[in-house]
Amino acid sequence: MEQSWKQAKAVFAAALGPPLVWLVLFFLAPMAIVWAYSFGHNAGLTEIEITGTFHNYARAIEPLYLKIFLKSVWVAALTTALCLVAGFPVALAITFASDKTKAWLLLLVMLPFWTNLLIRTYALIAVLRTEGYVNQGLEWLWNGGSGLAALVGLQPLGDFQPLELLHNNFAVILGLVYVHLPFMVLPLYSALDRLDKSLLEASLDLGTGHLRTIFKVVVPLAIPGIASGVLITFIPALGAYLTPDLLGGPDSQMIANIIERQFKRANDWPFGAAMSFLLMYLTFIAIAIQAVLSKKTPEAKG
Amino acid sequence: MPKRSPPGPLEYLRRWPMRLWLAGVFLFLYAPLIALMAFSFNDSRRNIVWKGFTLKYYEKLFENSALLEAFGNSLTIAAVSTVVSLVIGALAALVLWRFRFPGKTALDGALALPIVVPEICMGVAMLVFFAKVMPWPQGLPWPLNLGAIIIAHVSFSFPFVAVVVRARMASFNREMEEAARDLGAGEFRTIRDVILPHMAPSLVAGALLAFTLSLDDFVITFFTAGPDTVTFPVKVYSMVRFSVTPEVNAASTVLIVLTVLLTAAALKLQGNPAATAGHGAGGGK
Repeated sequence: MEQSWKQAKAVFAAALGPPLVWLVLFFLAPMAIVWAYSFGHNAGLTEIEITGTFHNYARAIEPLYLKIFLKSVWVAALTTALCLVAGFPVALAITFASDKTKAWLLLLVMLPFWTNLLIRTYALIAVLRTEGYVNQGLEWLWNGGSGLAALVGLQPLGDFQPLELLHNNFAVILGLVYVHLPFMVLPLYSALDRLDKSLLEASLDLGTGHLRTIFKVVVPLAIPGIASGVLITFIPALGAYLTPDLLGGPDSQMIANIIERQFKRANDWPFGAAMSFLLMYLTFIAIAIQAVLSKKTPEAKG
Repeated sequence: MPKRSPPGPLEYLRRWPMRLWLAGVFLFLYAPLIALMAFSFNDSRRNIVWKGFTLKYYEKLFENSALLEAFGNSLTIAAVSTVVSLVIGALAALVLWRFRFPGKTALDGALALPIVVPEICMGVAMLVFFAKVMPWPQGLPWPLNLGAIIIAHVSFSFPFVAVVVRARMASFNREMEEAARDLGAGEFRTIRDVILPHMAPSLVAGALLAFTLSLDDFVITFFTAGPDTVTFPVKVYSMVRFSVTPEVNAASTVLIVLTVLLTAAALKLQGNPAATAGHGAGGGK
């Protein structure tokens, strides 16, 4: 049973003090200032006057910026869906692996998760760029095919045109999936691992195929895990800065890139503050939706 | 087990479509990283065709004083912010585990905020805070000039430590504490001799989590770092922006190896990788 704070005031105060002060001073206060700035305007080169105006929010929902918001949500949703499709079989395989294999597979999933995000993005650049490994491999195949065609008397294929794989939306989504896949696999695994395996065996014994068993038995039971995996992937993907910045082209800007620009180059802090709080509200809406959905699932389980 | 027995109904791992899928996913996850590491030893600036083994980019790395300084900064920041996060995070976990008090739900929710708030939002908040409210004095001697970055790093890592420690404390038998009291141990003694030993594994896990989070962070550091307080990721970022060079490959390889060693140490200390898996996932929440 938890103790009432009144029974040991000194210990309570000593233990509560540092985290509370730190949280208020170095997290809540900075956030509050940004929030206040979002209702202000630039009154000079470095002065910001907080006037309670909603002008910044109005500007943020102008078509230009609204489009970027919608695009970011869409990119994050697509990333999450691709991670789910790619990650679900992996989580399933880990769940039913032998203990030793399980440990190794989990390690394999986690290692990229612990590796520096910047390095992983850089590794992708090296793969995708015009002189990257993908294009080199394709060129080799192309030349091989061309030689083969000449050999059997057909027209050679002509010069190889490298694919433009970098600095476009494709690269951004590929990069986001690459970075966030472990985020999806781990919660899926922890949900699947708790499943009652005899239910699957029963379904298979009764003659249901594997795919049908997965969709009719495993997926409905794993909904809470899927929901938390989706949330854990969606939130960082929505606020991604580095991936669109390094892999994207001029038209693949996401919300975070716009915010960064307001604070660094454009020097329009009030507008950046408004954008940043809109992104936070979107995040909270996503969390609220997940909370509502996970409350519903016990009934669905029956 | 005989090698050729047909796979059991739930042995998904022994079915070829599943193996193919797994191989594909792990190829996707690892091929770019392995290529990156392999080409750091390649004796050609063009980075594509294998020309022979060399260590010259590592030599160049160790002559690149800016990069070394950034690396030193990163390790210092990670070490200091880990220690502070550990203390504050453990105290927060202790308060939430031990006491009933008004505003507990609010504190619980507020502690989850730094975990869920998008990095970019926290980054700009730190930028504004250190620009307008608490300007960090310029020109302080190293390592004091890293103070602003350390504060920012503690702010986002101590809630993770609190989550990990609190999960561990859930398995603590409160009767042990009462027994210690009955046997005459004071408050401090009880914490030191009964609660802390139980907490210890989660402190190790929390420390490793805080350390990697700090070492990894780019976005928040990018907004708090000044021109003379560059960290390793910020330095690599500016190098990557210009070009793909073997030096960046070499620098990345060093960091990857460091990460692998840290993870291996974490697993060794924890015993079971399955146990640490939960921390990554729990951290993401």
